[in-house]
Amino acid sequence: MRYDVVIIGGGVTGCAIARELMRYRVRAVLIEKDCDVGCGTSKANSGIIHGSTHFVPGTLKWRLGWAGNQQWGRLSEELGFGFARIGDLTVAFGEDEVDQLREFQWRCERSGVPRGELWGPERVRAEEPNLSGAVVGALFCPTTGVVNPYEACFSLIESARRNGLELRVDNPVLGIRADENGLWVQTEHELINSRFVVNAAGLYADRVAEMAGAANFTITPRKGEEYLLDKRLQGIVSRIIYPCPSSTSKGVLVIPTFDGTVMVGPTAEEVDDREDLSTTATGAEHVFSKVGRLVPGISERDCIAEFAGLRAVSDTEDFVIGATTVPGFINAAGIQSPGLTAAPAIAEFVIGVLETEGLALEPNEEFLPGIEKPVQVAALTTRERQDLAATDPSFAQVVCRCELVTRGEVLDSIQRGARTLDGLKFRTRAGMGRCQGAFCSLRCMQLLSDSLGLPFAAITKRGEGSWLVIDREDLERRSGEPAP
Amino acid sequence: MISARVSQLRSAYPLVVVGAGPAGMAAALGATEAGSAPVLMIDREPEPGGILNQCIHTGFGLHHFKEELTGPEYAQRYLESLLEHDIDISTDSDVVDVDRERRVTLMSPDHGVRTISAGAVLLCMGARERTRGAIRIPGTRPAGVMTAGTAQKLVNLLGYLPGRRAVILGSGDIGLIMARRLTLEGVEVCGVFEIMPHPNGLSRNIVQCLHDFDIPLHLSTTVVEIHGSDRVERVTVAPVDEETWPCLDKAWDIACDTLLVSIGLIPENELSLTLGLRIDPLTQGPEVDSTMHTSREGVFAAGNVVHIHDIVDYVSQEALLAGRSAAAFVSRRMPPADNIRLLPGDNVAYCVPQTISTDREHTIYLRVRHPLEESLLRLGDVYERKLRYVVPGEMVSLKLRPGVLDRFHGDALRIDILPREED
Ligand SMILES: Cc1cc2nc3c(=O)[nH]c(=O)nc-3n(C[C@H](O)[C@H](O)[C@H](O)COP(=O)(O)OP(=O)(O)OC[C@H]3O[C@@H](n4cnc5c(N)ncnc54)[C@H](O)[C@@H]3O)c2cc1C
Ligand SMILES: Cc1cc2nc3c(=O)[nH]c(=O)nc-3n(C[C@H](O)[C@H](O)[C@H](O)COP(=O)(O)OP(=O)(O)OC[C@H]3O[C@@H](n4cnc5c(N)ncnc54)[C@H](O)[C@@H]3O)c2cc1C
Repeated sequence: MRYDVVIIGGGVTGCAIARELMRYRVRAVLIEKDCDVGCGTSKANSGIIHGSTHFVPGTLKWRLGWAGNQQWGRLSEELGFGFARIGDLTVAFGEDEVDQLREFQWRCERSGVPRGELWGPERVRAEEPNLSGAVVGALFCPTTGVVNPYEACFSLIESARRNGLELRVDNPVLGIRADENGLWVQTEHELINSRFVVNAAGLYADRVAEMAGAANFTITPRKGEEYLLDKRLQGIVSRIIYPCPSSTSKGVLVIPTFDGTVMVGPTAEEVDDREDLSTTATGAEHVFSKVGRLVPGISERDCIAEFAGLRAVSDTEDFVIGATTVPGFINAAGIQSPGLTAAPAIAEFVIGVLETEGLALEPNEEFLPGIEKPVQVAALTTRERQDLAATDPSFAQVVCRCELVTRGEVLDSIQRGARTLDGLKFRTRAGMGRCQGAFCSLRCMQLLSDSLGLPFAAITKRGEGSWLVIDREDLERRSGEPAP
Repeated sequence: MISARVSQLRSAYPLVVVGAGPAGMAAALGATEAGSAPVLMIDREPEPGGILNQCIHTGFGLHHFKEELTGPEYAQRYLESLLEHDIDISTDSDVVDVDRERRVTLMSPDHGVRTISAGAVLLCMGARERTRGAIRIPGTRPAGVMTAGTAQKLVNLLGYLPGRRAVILGSGDIGLIMARRLTLEGVEVCGVFEIMPHPNGLSRNIVQCLHDFDIPLHLSTTVVEIHGSDRVERVTVAPVDEETWPCLDKAWDIACDTLLVSIGLIPENELSLTLGLRIDPLTQGPEVDSTMHTSREGVFAAGNVVHIHDIVDYVSQEALLAGRSAAAFVSRRMPPADNIRLLPGDNVAYCVPQTISTDREHTIYLRVRHPLEESLLRLGDVYERKLRYVVPGEMVSLKLRPGVLDRFHGDALRIDILPREED
């Protein structure tokens, strides 16, 4: 069997490309090494759809970032994931910084993108009363938004699959070879033949390119730590707050996420290890000391969870997208920030490359843009909850108390592909609240075990190696070995 | 265990109790005995009993029943009495809202989404455990990090083990109990690490759970990093200085696949916050007067939701009072309001209730901030009592007879616990 396109990597880049590709009559498969899509960098980021005032002219990431920005409203309408254009403020602490904000406005004008609005101190105080009293002005950018990035991945892939995409998870690509029959992709489980291969392997994109003999860039991981705060602080700011950027970094931001949690971060630090997702004491110190300057009401005592993500930075510091010296092998690599923002535009750009390289794009007449939106009981009124419970009582049985997630929602997300505790968590929010799963994780494991027909001890946190509990009988087995 | 759940809910009850742990059960009993009936008691778990159901160790009821019971036995005693009274029990039911008109909304697979009017509401929601996130341990986020209470449920109720080699962070009672449980189950417990210079749990648990099993307790030491990408592989621990800053140059690594965190409980106050109750920053629970009445009319609270108890007998005692008071509220026989505010002073972390009245007998509960061998409890200049060994892990209870405050005419009394010269 031969595919037209193999997509390697199920981050937001791969998922967006897959979904866009299914608008055409194309045989495509997406291959992901982990047990779920959207579990790499695409799950561990700031979740910002960057607005016009932050982009730097002359780069591909800027061009696709702004083009991508404008597509998120439509996408979230079609697919129902969480997205809101809440806007952002870049704040100035002195006249020199106000000048810098003016500079940004001119830069926008020169590039033909919306320039945002300069606010004086009174306006800032009125709109964001919890900002530091030392703020003397701010640049308001209304085009900025927040998105649930993992939700975006899950719904993009669900939509792509409804329209014919094949998905293989738990299936790392190990080698790629080219011959007169096209490209051969060797994975852990199979050998796949395809005319085109799209390399959207994130942090490993340089390795994958090397497998194909198309290595002409390298990826350096740049770590970013983020800290999530208790819902108590919901509403402390209503827009994303940026400090004035320095020449080296965008700085530490205060982000009211789509779900109403406040997040602070990220840091930016080059690391050697592509798996180093550890958070550090210095990172936390850095974030909270910077944030206290912006919003004095935030302290590290309110932290409920923390995580780190790795930006896949190419040696050009820009996206690496396009055809290569190996016919049919196409890169969508070096997708660092604003890669999430740019994803819908990257997808269109890659489809364009595929067409130029000879893929016939015949429209898929049956393409359905929408998917059935999952029920979210927490967002319903009491009246709506009553009606829902009357038709299906499982939507009145609470599993996660902090985020009010019901058994019905958990079962639905398992139907849609959740197979691990993390898979459930990122699809339903069960375990994401202030008790961080202390209450619901055992219940969720039980539901996974019952629905998937797996033994309780076989349920993992996020796939192989991340076993959660062991059977009493297995205690004698060698330490470190997973439960069967 | 006897199970009792009501098939039909009324639309209104004189009294609704949220939570069917020891506090909820004692409160419901107190209220019906004082003539308020029927009572509705709601719990989100399948059975009443609260945290007791997973505490299969003994050590409950020494004060109240004068015998040593297991948690489930203690709960069972109460449940049997409950069934003799006019009390409806709705289990598998989550209370998701209580509004200012005392309308209680619950969600349950049996009853759907129901709103019930209550003459008085008793909050007995217990406590939740603090998690890793609350103390921000740097490192990775692998499987194998869980709270001690979750592990307790896993082992005692579901019959699985959390891992093979465990480190326990925090010397709270649940962590101590779990150190022993896991050892008995064949799990290797490498040690209990406590950041403070003194243990956090009951002294009897230090002896019975650690010393008796040769499990090392490392005081003034904490976990500073977690390692392992999919599953915990090891943790780094380090001693801390007087200001609890870790001394990283003295850190060492321990290979393990499990980290249990037992770093304290926080009152479960979602509903209290929705109700806009005044919260005492010291207890992190609602402020209560000497009848266990909160800052909102007709809303009472008792048990761990008010402050963290070490001994369940005190929970029952406090809740019985709350139940009786709620019944008095419903029948409009509330005693006059309190007239003295209690102010935690030297070495007093908090006290409950926050106010008292001169005309009644009171039991005041408090905790100290740091241990003292010989001490003196002083209530303003009206009352003094010698105390032996006091530690933060053990609650101090103080019974005040009515006559004691007769000569006092102020409106605030300070409580201090002062060092005492040996006599
Ligand atoms: C801290 C932080 C904050 C950020 N904030 C923002 C922001 O606010 N806004 C924004 O626009 N961008 C942001 N970004 C950037 C954004 O997250 C990334 O650009 C984007 O997620 C990249 O997506 P991706 O699909 O290219 O990569 P990934 O999400 O990493 O996906 C790559 C996938 O490929 C898979 N893979 C790798 N090798 C193989 C193999 N051999 N076989 C099979 N599969 C393989 C991986 O498992 C992974 O699932 C941030 C990044 C970080 C780290
Ligand atoms: C591990 C451990 C060991 C202990 N060991 C001892 C010991 O040896 N001896 C001793 O005397 N004491 C011991 N204690 C202390 C004693 O068990 C507790 O103080 C006591 O259980 C607190 O009672 P409670 O009713 O306030 O809370 P809980 O027992 O926690 O009960 C609260 C109940 O409320 C329910 N609830 C909460 N919110 C809602 C809602 N919104 N809707 C519906 N239901 C809700 C919960 O499901 C729960 O059943 C121990 C405690 C623990 C945790």
